Amino acid sequence: MLNREIISIFDMSAAAGWVLEPDAKKIFKLAGFDVSEFAMARTAPEATLFAGAIGYPVAAKVVSPDIIHKSDVSGVALGLKGPEDLEKAYKRFSAMPGFIGVVVEKMLSGVELIIGAKNDSQFGPVVLLGMGGVGVDIYRDTAIRMAPLKREDVELMVSSLAARKVIEGHRGSEPVDMERLISTLINFSQFVMELESRVDSIDLNPVMCSGPNCWIADARIILKASASS
Amino acid sequence: MDFRTLFEPRTMAVIGVSQNNERHAANVIYNKNLYRYPVKVYAVNPKGGEYYREKIYKSLKEIPERVDLAVIAVRAEYVPSVLEECIECWVGGAAIISGGFAETGRTDLMDKLTALASKADFPVIGPNCLGIYSPAFVDSFFLPSERMVRPVSGNIAIVSQSGGILVDQMVKFAGQGIGLSRAIGLGNKAVVNEIDMLKFFARDDMTEVIAFYIEGFGPGQGREFVTAASRCPKPVIVMKAGKSEAGSRAVSSHTASIAGDYKIFSSVMKQFGVVEAMDEYELVSFCESLSCYPTSVKGRIGIVTASGGHGAVAVDKCVESGLEVPALTAETQQIIRNKLSPKIKSLASVSNPIDLTGSSHDDDFVTSTSELSKLDNIDCILVLLLPYLPEVTSDVGARLAQIYQESGKPIVAYVPHVEKYMMIIEGFQLNNVPVADSIDGAILMVEAMKRCNPC
Repeated sequence: MLNREIISIFDMSAAAGWVLEPDAKKIFKLAGFDVSEFAMARTAPEATLFAGAIGYPVAAKVVSPDIIHKSDVSGVALGLKGPEDLEKAYKRFSAMPGFIGVVVEKMLSGVELIIGAKNDSQFGPVVLLGMGGVGVDIYRDTAIRMAPLKREDVELMVSSLAARKVIEGHRGSEPVDMERLISTLINFSQFVMELESRVDSIDLNPVMCSGPNCWIADARIILKASASS
Repeated sequence: MDFRTLFEPRTMAVIGVSQNNERHAANVIYNKNLYRYPVKVYAVNPKGGEYYREKIYKSLKEIPERVDLAVIAVRAEYVPSVLEECIECWVGGAAIISGGFAETGRTDLMDKLTALASKADFPVIGPNCLGIYSPAFVDSFFLPSERMVRPVSGNIAIVSQSGGILVDQMVKFAGQGIGLSRAIGLGNKAVVNEIDMLKFFARDDMTEVIAFYIEGFGPGQGREFVTAASRCPKPVIVMKAGKSEAGSRAVSSHTASIAGDYKIFSSVMKQFGVVEAMDEYELVSFCESLSCYPTSVKGRIGIVTASGGHGAVAVDKCVESGLEVPALTAETQQIIRNKLSPKIKSLASVSNPIDLTGSSHDDDFVTSTSELSKLDNIDCILVLLLPYLPEVTSDVGARLAQIYQESGKPIVAYVPHVEKYMMIIEGFQLNNVPVADSIDGAILMVEAMKRCNPC
């Protein structure tokens, strides 16, 4: 999965120590994962132009090498209904430290999962699956397995979650497509094995699962300390 | 590396034996092996001389035969040169008891040992360790014989980074009547580590269960350990120290902050079918259970007792631990009831748990257990014995154990561990049925079988 273009994005991000959201998403897209449609806008008109093309409502997120956790600084605006909302969000974001632009993307619905990876010193790459969104570090309803994963690993990860009923379809809500989730996690686990020498940890949060799809709606890649020096 | 020679040495040299310090580690080790073990033991000290009419050899080179195991208890700065001599003399391997290496900041000395041993592919245990205890073969612990508590010999190997925990665990094994095949204190792990021991014990004929006390793995060694464990046909149990997390890092992802070191450790052990014991009590229970039954059960429990209270407590505990207590069909219930002694026929409750009441007889326990052992939807039987009942005799343990021998279905017993019930307890244990000293302990034993996936 790792190719020259992906490596060049990693090299470019080394100085910052982490990969900015649009670049991280690009990496996953290049590696063959389903990434929700997005554009990186460096001006407000660029943002509204793209939003107009994909159709409202849209989500907008601040892009800045100084902001790793966007939600913590109100750097995420969801459900923007028209150009005025988007322009307002753009203006607010542009005052944030290190601002270089805004990611604009389609609003997605579905079950929000977090798929993560960490390069553990004792066990090497491990993969995490859990209920995603901003509550992830409060509920901590997650399962961890050593990469690479096998099919049974993913099944056991899902069944060990308190939220497995949500994934399996709770009270008439649509279930997550298990086959898609399994293949996404297996591919992800193989990809993180390839990234072992470069990456400290990865958050794909949220991954929006609905119908037959699991879209990566946000991505954060923290590089290994040695790789960024 | 050949570890068998270290655990079953024919000859051994203890380096550092003092002519006048009776309490010196080397002297304690020399004495206990001289008097209590079949191994031929030589004392070594560059000063030479005699120790209780036995010769002290000035160097390994003077010893007239090949030495299988060298136990080194000299000052840290002399250890590398002794090690060189060991390698030169084709010694089988060494246990370095001496401290004063990485634990006191002398990583340079430790690196020297690692380099010397690796170059020669020479097995070294330690430094800063207790070394090897191999019942009926050898004992390199520097604890005077009269102070040691020795478990009976059995089929469980314990591997521990810490010597203190290892000795403590042996005391607990002895208290529960659990048998030990080998014990090893790894200390600083300059050369030999948990992975080497796992691979060795996986093939060791004396060992059926491998238990580890682990403080932490070196870089990448956790992955190597679980990979080896997943290939090991014997149950592997670990107890981890250092579960609390160090302070959080400044720049981090959600995944990195949620997936702390211990959470990863625990999850990965589970993934590879390694049974993690949360504390010493669990470790002892898991060891006892898996040493009798190195098998995996789904966790559908049949319970036989003579007290409604015991049954109720056990059911609660089963449910809490994710074990099932399946209902018995009306037909099964009728079969059991028909076979009970007349006195309790109308009193007993024959659903699961089966409550035989305080008037029950040995035969009632045997009948009920035997019937449960025939059921496909029960894969383990819990017998909560009340040894103080008037018609329960000292034969009941051995008789119930026989049901396991016949049916092959695991039985776990609870009997209060006091002297006067020992004959019942031994009736179970000597016939390979584990006995817990509490209801909780008995359930832990069943849990171990459920959690031990690949075995």
